[in-house]
Amino acid sequence: MSEFIQQLLNGLSLGAIYALIALGYTMVYGVLRFINFAHSDVFMAGAFMGYYLAKLVPSDTMLGGLAVLGGSMIGCAILGMAIERFAYRPLRGAPTLNVLITAIGVSLLLEYTGQVFFGAAPRTFPPVFPERIFTVHGIVISSSALAVIVVAGFLMVALEIIVHRTKIGTAMRALSLNPQAAQLVGINNNIVISFTFGLGSALAAAGGILYALNYPSIDPLMGVMPGLKAFVAAVLGGIGSIPGAALGGLVLGTVETFVGGSEWSTYKDAIAFAVLILILLFRPGGLLGRSTIEKV
Amino acid sequence: MTVKLKAIPRPHLLLLAALAGAFVLSIFSDSLDPYYLDVLTGIGINVILAVSLNLITGYTGQFSLGHAGFMSVGAYLSAAVTMNLGPRLLGDSGGTALQQNALFFAALVGGGIAAALAGLLVGAPSLRLKGDYLALVTLGFGEIIRVTFQNVDALGGALGLNGIPPYTTIFWVLAFAAVTVFVVYCLVHSTYGKGFLATRDDEIAAEAVGLDTTHYKIVAFVVGAFFAGIAGGLYGHFKLTITPAGFDFTKSIEIVVMVILGGMGNTMGVILAAVLLTLLPEVLRPVAQYRMVIYSLILIVLMISRPQGLFNFKWGRMRKG
Repeated sequence: MSEFIQQLLNGLSLGAIYALIALGYTMVYGVLRFINFAHSDVFMAGAFMGYYLAKLVPSDTMLGGLAVLGGSMIGCAILGMAIERFAYRPLRGAPTLNVLITAIGVSLLLEYTGQVFFGAAPRTFPPVFPERIFTVHGIVISSSALAVIVVAGFLMVALEIIVHRTKIGTAMRALSLNPQAAQLVGINNNIVISFTFGLGSALAAAGGILYALNYPSIDPLMGVMPGLKAFVAAVLGGIGSIPGAALGGLVLGTVETFVGGSEWSTYKDAIAFAVLILILLFRPGGLLGRSTIEKV
Repeated sequence: MTVKLKAIPRPHLLLLAALAGAFVLSIFSDSLDPYYLDVLTGIGINVILAVSLNLITGYTGQFSLGHAGFMSVGAYLSAAVTMNLGPRLLGDSGGTALQQNALFFAALVGGGIAAALAGLLVGAPSLRLKGDYLALVTLGFGEIIRVTFQNVDALGGALGLNGIPPYTTIFWVLAFAAVTVFVVYCLVHSTYGKGFLATRDDEIAAEAVGLDTTHYKIVAFVVGAFFAGIAGGLYGHFKLTITPAGFDFTKSIEIVVMVILGGMGNTMGVILAAVLLTLLPEVLRPVAQYRMVIYSLILIVLMISRPQGLFNFKWGRMRKG
């Protein structure tokens, strides 16, 4: 039993990270209807920004850790907005396929620029938060795993408030419902899209730091797999739906951790895709999404 | 939107000419610089991959990110045939050149058929999906195929297969490239093949006039996967070693980029793009460190400045997103 709870906790903390990345995918898909492949590399950039920022602050303090987290989130928000401005905005209205290929191009650009600057060899991420290990009834939980769940929960609540209680959040929802009509009632689509990219990228940066705290080896290609899986999580929950992304991330993280702990552990990476295929075949709208009927 | 395809008169004569050309070139291949021969082999394999994906993505409009998965099925099966059956059928001496080539041909076709079956298996359930979702599912299947190969010990696991006999010659590569172009060309230009274009241009309208669009999508997938499998077999017997990691989705994306840059549904453009993109890394070899950075920058700039593809000069032919 205690092993089950242990695995569940590990799964939830991995799932919370997937959920943070998935939120960025789902928000961008909501407003622009395309898969932002570069999102997983913003996640990587977030981890690297954290790596360099950690050298500037006193280590092992709560305040220093939060400064690293905040700094890297702001840095990635700027990066995300720059990507949107220079790579995606010129393609507004172009066929989806072209935007998709551009996104892949941006993704490759970030990965290989990262390899040129940081080198391909993995680096050890410093413990920026004070590290403690708690043991309750034989269940071991580290403070960094706990930090993941707390920070992710806080950010998701904050996001929910931004999307539902603020003016810009209302504009985001309007844009995802109908871009033309949103423009007609005086919403500046470009500003809203920029904001969406900034918000999503900031969450990805937080995900990157939290991931690096738990798996402290970072390299320029570290975003590829978590990014793909987070996208699967977004689709699983229902793409475009913010609570869906959170749910999908948690489900996927938990399932993956349990498979990783079983005798099928070598198939761990395939599980996410098997889940994706099943969900798309039987419930294409995702768990919390609605499937739309195509009208002529 | 009308699609006009100019038919070349007597394509089978062109095929025969291309086969004869490949044969003549293979006779003189010994006197050629091996480096150029290797580059040419790489070009030929990429042409097969790009032209076969063009049938799926360019002509039928189904965005697939799993082409490397089909390629790996062909590569593994054909390598398993030549490595295991080869010594048994041909004896210790290795057999004559004719026997070796016959075995290789059988292995390639076997690999192609296995890949085609994989295409059927992937295509039949997932072709109900459209656009981004189909791309994701094909990507997912590609990754599942890769992870499965990684876990089969008989096929070398994560280390892959080593010591594959070097059967790939310039003749086989060019001949199969010519056959691929011929088959895709004839398929799309036939009366039957108009269904592929109709499925791409307007699926709802195509269904309304009674076309079985699912049938066309599956045929495109199966034929495309068959040639990807052949290309995989040629690749394996050219590189002499294959690993599951060599067929991950970066490889699929590489092939998709060739199709998009060539201009979707434009066989000539796709061939040119395949040639160009195979040569590009060779040209950039002196600045190897920045190679991929330059490659991705070129990709972004091209997509923004020439979204219809590098070699597609008729913008009206592109379908709307």
